[in-house]
Amino acid sequence: MEWVLFLIFGLVAAAAAVGMVLQRSPIYSALCLILALFAQGGLYILLHAELIAAVHIFVYAGAIMVLFLFVIMLLDLRPEDRSPVRTNPVGVSVGLILAGLLLAELALGVGPHIALGPRGVYDFETVRAVGNTQAVGRILFREYLIPFELTSVILLAAMVGAMVLAKRKLE
Amino acid sequence: MDFLFATILKIALVMGLVLLAVAYLTWLERKVIGDIQVRYGPSRVGRFGLLQPIADGIKLMFKEDIVPANADRLIFLLAPAISIIPALIVFAVIPFGPSFVITDVNVGLLYVFAVTSLGVYGIVLAGWGSNSKYALLGGLRSSAQMVSYELSLGLSVIGVVMMAGSLSLVDIVEAQKGSWYGILPRWNVIPQFLGFVIFLLSSNAELNRAPFDLPEAETELVAGFHTEYSSMKFAMFFMAEYANMIAASAMATTLFLGGWQGPLLPPVIWFLLKVFCFLFLFMWLRATLPRFRYDQLMGFGWKVLLPAALVNVMLTAAVLLIFA
Amino acid sequence: MVPLWAYLFLSAFLFAVGVVGVATRRNALVIFMSIELMLNAVNLSFVAFARFLHSLDGQVFVFFVMTVAAAEVAVGLAIIIAIFRNAETVNVDEVHLLKG
Repeated sequence: MEWVLFLIFGLVAAAAAVGMVLQRSPIYSALCLILALFAQGGLYILLHAELIAAVHIFVYAGAIMVLFLFVIMLLDLRPEDRSPVRTNPVGVSVGLILAGLLLAELALGVGPHIALGPRGVYDFETVRAVGNTQAVGRILFREYLIPFELTSVILLAAMVGAMVLAKRKLE
Repeated sequence: MDFLFATILKIALVMGLVLLAVAYLTWLERKVIGDIQVRYGPSRVGRFGLLQPIADGIKLMFKEDIVPANADRLIFLLAPAISIIPALIVFAVIPFGPSFVITDVNVGLLYVFAVTSLGVYGIVLAGWGSNSKYALLGGLRSSAQMVSYELSLGLSVIGVVMMAGSLSLVDIVEAQKGSWYGILPRWNVIPQFLGFVIFLLSSNAELNRAPFDLPEAETELVAGFHTEYSSMKFAMFFMAEYANMIAASAMATTLFLGGWQGPLLPPVIWFLLKVFCFLFLFMWLRATLPRFRYDQLMGFGWKVLLPAALVNVMLTAAVLLIFA
Repeated sequence: MVPLWAYLFLSAFLFAVGVVGVATRRNALVIFMSIELMLNAVNLSFVAFARFLHSLDGQVFVFFVMTVAAAEVAVGLAIIIAIFRNAETVNVDEVHLLKG
């Protein structure tokens, strides 16, 4: 059962990702990416990371991709990016070769022979007993409290930056 | 196997109830607004117009299904389906009674927010796929509006989560059990009144209903994102709107009015009664208030609701810290 | 149970697709989406490791990656809008702001 679900979600994610790169219209690319993100959310649930799955859908599908669609619609990039698509054969081949190399390297590195380091304390039963949300929350607010607070600085900087950039003229 | 069977039965029951409620909400809304505006509302088909939803359904099904020539066909066909599915799957985690919930998940509240935030895609894609200026403007407006109000909607319930200490909707309802001094029910609406008001206002905006119905403002945008839709595809947008309205009322009941809790009557009845009150409130608002102007809408969301929601979070945290 | 390497392989594949997207597409928005795909591929391996190493640190890291991704999208889309205003295009080959 788990394999079946993994294969479904995995194949959908992979196919949608490839579709995103191949689609010429940006709006279809965005839709493919949304599909890939959903499949990935399913994989998170298979990995018993319910909180991450919900946050993933909430943040990526609910906010980030809506922003993408909004910008695509705002700029009205309907017909083939407005300019004739001039694919650079050198660029494409270099990209494909690079990606092929990377994939081969990663595949060699992550084969079934992979050895895992020492296990932590949060096995499946422990997490289930306290609840996934509670367990992640405890770690987040104890061991990672300072980094967590620092992310708010990143968000604030991004907020200010986006407003300054998007403003037409600065007074 | 028993578990699977029971779950499927529950899903069928809930879906049947919701779809029936959607059909009769259209009738009820027309009746209520008619009464408020001193008219009759539907009165011809059946006694008190009770068969009106069926007549409407038959009419919509037999109408010609038009796809505009310049529309993006795939997106145009996909959009109504995308808008109705999230509206229906929200009900998977809503607790109707102590043991009457399809599934109680650990991250229930986040699930609801994740799913409802997908509703905007149906509207945005309908606006884009129709290839018409009214539809596009409606779609753009709604995406900006829904993303803005989602923030205050999400922040308004943080106080409830802090008080219950859980994201599970069943736990949140259980936390509102009992009463203060034997008279006041222990519902979140009393300590979280500010959060409750913010939740109601921003869920009304998320629903794209009057006075926040900018995306389909008929006086300026013809009908907004669904201008080009006809027949059942048009009906699907309407069903999504009403299903979302029920879902929002059910969420308000669960989070702030103690869900199924109440004396004497059976729990499910209490739940449905409270949901009905919210539905009536939404209709009342629509019949009473004029539409916002666009800049007022954005200003209200960002400059009033959002800071108020943040204040609510801070206050709740401070009070919990002092008294607990 | 699905073994760890299956997740890692999928993650590697998604990452490689993202690299191809960045290298071959000319539309700034699609390049951006490819970057998002790469970030997500990394997230997937984080969560898979968290599950198989019995440790939740991987899931916490995913939170941080998501925060950074959200910040990046906000700023990046603002930049794209600003470029579109000046250059009337989002094709990265036609934007030569740094060439002088």
